[in-house]
Amino acid sequence: MAEVKLYGFWPSLFSHRIIWALKLKGVEYEYIEEDLSNKSESLLKYNPVYKKIPVLVHGDKPIAESLVILEYIEETWPDNPLLPKDPYERAMARFWIQYGANTGAAFSAFNRGSGEDQLEKAAKELLESLKILEEQGLGDKKFFGGESINLVDISYGALGYWFPALEEAKGVKVLEPRTLPRLHAWAKNFVELPVVKENIPAYDNMVAYAMKRPARN
Amino acid sequence: MASDQVTLLDLWASPFGMRVRLALAEKGVKYEYSEQDLMNKGALLLQMNPVHKKIPVLVHNGKPVCESLIIVQYIDEVWKDKAPFLPSDPYQRAQSRFWADFVDKKIYDFGRKIWMEKGEDQEAAKKGFIDSLKLLEGELGDKPYFGGETIGYVDIALVPFYTWFYAYETIGNFSIEAECPKLIGYCKRCLKKETVSKSLEDPKKVYDFVVMLRKKYGIE
Repeated sequence: MAEVKLYGFWPSLFSHRIIWALKLKGVEYEYIEEDLSNKSESLLKYNPVYKKIPVLVHGDKPIAESLVILEYIEETWPDNPLLPKDPYERAMARFWIQYGANTGAAFSAFNRGSGEDQLEKAAKELLESLKILEEQGLGDKKFFGGESINLVDISYGALGYWFPALEEAKGVKVLEPRTLPRLHAWAKNFVELPVVKENIPAYDNMVAYAMKRPARN
Repeated sequence: MASDQVTLLDLWASPFGMRVRLALAEKGVKYEYSEQDLMNKGALLLQMNPVHKKIPVLVHNGKPVCESLIIVQYIDEVWKDKAPFLPSDPYQRAQSRFWADFVDKKIYDFGRKIWMEKGEDQEAAKKGFIDSLKLLEGELGDKPYFGGETIGYVDIALVPFYTWFYAYETIGNFSIEAECPKLIGYCKRCLKKETVSKSLEDPKKVYDFVVMLRKKYGIE
């Protein structure tokens, strides 16, 4: 089996997704930490279009964009499936993954928000987006994948640790039991899973990072 | 699949809608086309896409699928015995997904800015647009289609935007063909296929539509 390498960045939620997926599939890989202020030749060679992490390199073949990488991992290592088999259910799973990708702008606005008004507005928009996710995406399920997690859960994993760290750095809470009871419970359950808990940075480091600079990969 | 009921909620000028039309044509799927009024959204659209309230929506035996590329993948998986859109090799599939995602991230957004913005913002959008098309030309290489010998996922994602190029060029006052002759040659080659020519709208009609939109949004 050809070797697997992951180019990542320790605080990047996009990086963490790939780690969880590889671990869930039992794939051995070499992790390479990138200094994003001084990108390596390898990174630039493997992702010339965006020059970003994460990049998965399998054999000598690179794959970029975290959601593309996740589907690649799912197809290449089919044991312990992370997507439904039924085409309609797969389409629904992809829809909710895409929904999360589309809220990226709202999270960025919250991240960059300075001053009470901006932050409040960004928080309100985020809350509305997350309400829809909670009501129509998650519903009454324990995980998006049902009894166990799947790629949808993985794609929203940042809500369990990265986002709370950002909320603490900003002094504004959005994801609370009061406002988003089911999603908040989901996030707590998700981050308690050993595969996640053992593969995210220490919370204090995440807060310190969130306070220092805006998120980037 | 003789008893399949397939309906497409769409807007004639939408390149995202055209993607789905092309995908259905490639698979030879019979469907009912339902033109939507986005200024006055109907109950069916709101029921079938409550989250985004957008087109296209594919309704298959009463169940809605939303988001154009998700619909195209769904069509590929359901009607899997004919004209596969994605390669069978996982690495090639990943490359197809990467480039279709690139089209989504770059072509639509830059294109939109070309017809909505002016001055420096428009110039920046034109540059971004051309740079993106050039990257796509690089990826196409010497292949007749992004899918190789036959139309595939990336072709379906990209070629409908060709119908908007005339509008971008006229409003942006530039020639896409002068900068990216290979890509235009590729688009024209695609149009020779009946499935493509019958799924794509007339660029002049699209231009009139964009002119109408600009008036509506008060863009001079």
